[in-house]
Amino acid sequence: MRQLGKVQISTWVYLLFGCLLAVVPFVYDNLSMLFLIIQIFIFGIFAMSYDLLLGYTGIVSFGHAMFFGVGAYGVSIVLERNEPTLFFLILGILVALGAAAIISFIAGVLTLRLKSHFYAMLTLALAGLFLVAAEKMRSLTGGSDGLIFTIPDFFKDRTNMYLLALISLVVIFFSLRRLTNSPLGRVLVAIRENEQRTMSLGYKIFPYKVIISVISGVVAAFGGVLYALSIRFIDTTVFAVDVTLDALLMTIIGGVGTLIGPIIGAGLIEYAHHFLSELSDVHWIFERWIILFGIVYILVVIFFPMGIAGSIKNMYMKRKHKKEAKVQQKDNQIAS
Amino acid sequence: MEHIIETNNLSIAFGGHVAVDSLSVKIPKNKFTSVIGPNGAGKTTFFNLLSGQLRPTNGEIFYKGENITKKSSTERTRMGIGRSFQITNVFPNLTVLENVRLAVQSNEKIRYQMMFHFKKYKKFEEKAMELLELVLLETKADSVAINLAHGEKRKLEIAMLLALETDLLLLDEPTAGMSLEEVPAILEVIKKIKEKGDRTIVLIEHKMDMILDLSDQVMVLFNGQLLAQDSPSEIMENKTVQSAYLGGLHDENSA
Ligand SMILES: Nc1ncnc2c1ncn2[C@@H]1O[C@H](COP(=O)(O)OP(=O)(O)OP(=O)(O)O)[C@@H](O)[C@H]1O
Ligand SMILES: [Mg+2]
Repeated sequence: MRQLGKVQISTWVYLLFGCLLAVVPFVYDNLSMLFLIIQIFIFGIFAMSYDLLLGYTGIVSFGHAMFFGVGAYGVSIVLERNEPTLFFLILGILVALGAAAIISFIAGVLTLRLKSHFYAMLTLALAGLFLVAAEKMRSLTGGSDGLIFTIPDFFKDRTNMYLLALISLVVIFFSLRRLTNSPLGRVLVAIRENEQRTMSLGYKIFPYKVIISVISGVVAAFGGVLYALSIRFIDTTVFAVDVTLDALLMTIIGGVGTLIGPIIGAGLIEYAHHFLSELSDVHWIFERWIILFGIVYILVVIFFPMGIAGSIKNMYMKRKHKKEAKVQQKDNQIAS
Repeated sequence: MEHIIETNNLSIAFGGHVAVDSLSVKIPKNKFTSVIGPNGAGKTTFFNLLSGQLRPTNGEIFYKGENITKKSSTERTRMGIGRSFQITNVFPNLTVLENVRLAVQSNEKIRYQMMFHFKKYKKFEEKAMELLELVLLETKADSVAINLAHGEKRKLEIAMLLALETDLLLLDEPTAGMSLEEVPAILEVIKKIKEKGDRTIVLIEHKMDMILDLSDQVMVLFNGQLLAQDSPSEIMENKTVQSAYLGGLHDENSA
């Protein structure tokens, strides 16, 4: 690993990108474009949380939207019922994250001891349950009409909202990178690779799965919080299966088992959504973007099973290996 | 003599097939026990029962006097029962070094640390590297495990087992699939552990001439049952063993 001082070069590259992105709203103030980039940041966070389960630990979730939705509704309900002050904003965020932590803990404890499809099924069922609950509990959630609420003035400004989302993305990215590179994170990858063997090395796998399920749920909920704040309106679509599918697509297209992959994937998918919905006037097929994404998804799985980030990483590794092999050959020649 | 692990009437059946049949054995502490027997005799299954990969349908296992029959493989490893696998069982998409480093990390009980970078624990990697040197795999440290040749995977298995520093080492055909030149080095590693005299080794092997001089005692399994348990020389003389299993091999050796 190449290092500059004590910090990896990749860290500087990511930080540089972060700084460049921070300048964007000051030089380029197309509101709808800024809104799109904010959505990319938010779904980048959400997709990273999904990849903690899928790519790092090998846990499949079919209901990740549930955490996104709980986060979005948590903050929305608190803000709708109270004054839009910073205090209630923070309270709302804490409520949202706390609820997500409790739900992900319970879902994890109930199913992560069992075969892997139980978690997938339970999350799917729970997400459906939350969708119905959000529709029925009209007094709290506004039912299918949704909730309109106000947020502290400071964040009504697009640029400030943009910076909030960007800073969140950067902080979460670096925190998760540290997490996945920690001794605990390495065990998660071992579990993905071979559960049986991880156990026979003396690790208990159940606590790891619960821990990562809670972390993933909380991060996803934070994505939901930012989503609600950026739109200042919320309805039951945050619990829809589409939201989970988006996270899955972003992760797979960007590259499972990496953190930058889901962010790249979020960029592509969100941009494609935006682009295709503009094309819907041209032909109805573009409104059915999920069909197109289905095709893209199949192609990616066949031709780039490791996604964009994974494929690049692989190419880099191969080149490095070739170089090493050449050096070794030379050494051998000299030796003989 | 003190015994580290004992089984009492241990049996397991897969469907109707009894793979291990009422096995009651005692493994002496800090000694070298070989397990031999023809293909399908139940040797690997016996190991799977000892290390907790499988639950017996009947019988009990005692480790250092404690009944461990109901303990998980994780708990047994932590108590000091380590094993290598006959069918290679590693982390396929991780590097060779990382495979061993994970074993070292477990042995150092750093399990839930999530604040620091794993590289902070430099000594884990150094320890893993030492083990790779010991099993002659240091040049492959950065290779991905799935790309190793079969014999190399066997060496990786051994390095991972040694990293756990368990009191009891269960080795399932450690040299199978290795090239002939590599076998002596691996046997040397096993011999060294034996000579230290503070650990118990149980080793499954087909090529019994190879391990005969290492063994303090030999167990012969046949159809899931214990056919004989004795010193190597007695086993070679044993008529039942000869007729059931060793006959040809023994003649070959003495010829
Ligand atoms: N998980 C399993 N399910 C069903 N049958 C099994 C299972 N494991 C082992 N067996 C059967 O139990 C018997 C004993 O197998 P085992 O692998 O223990 O033999 P072995 O002595 O290790 O043989 P080898 O020398 O070929 O490694 C075989 O008949 C095998 O087919
Ligand atoms: Mg076997």
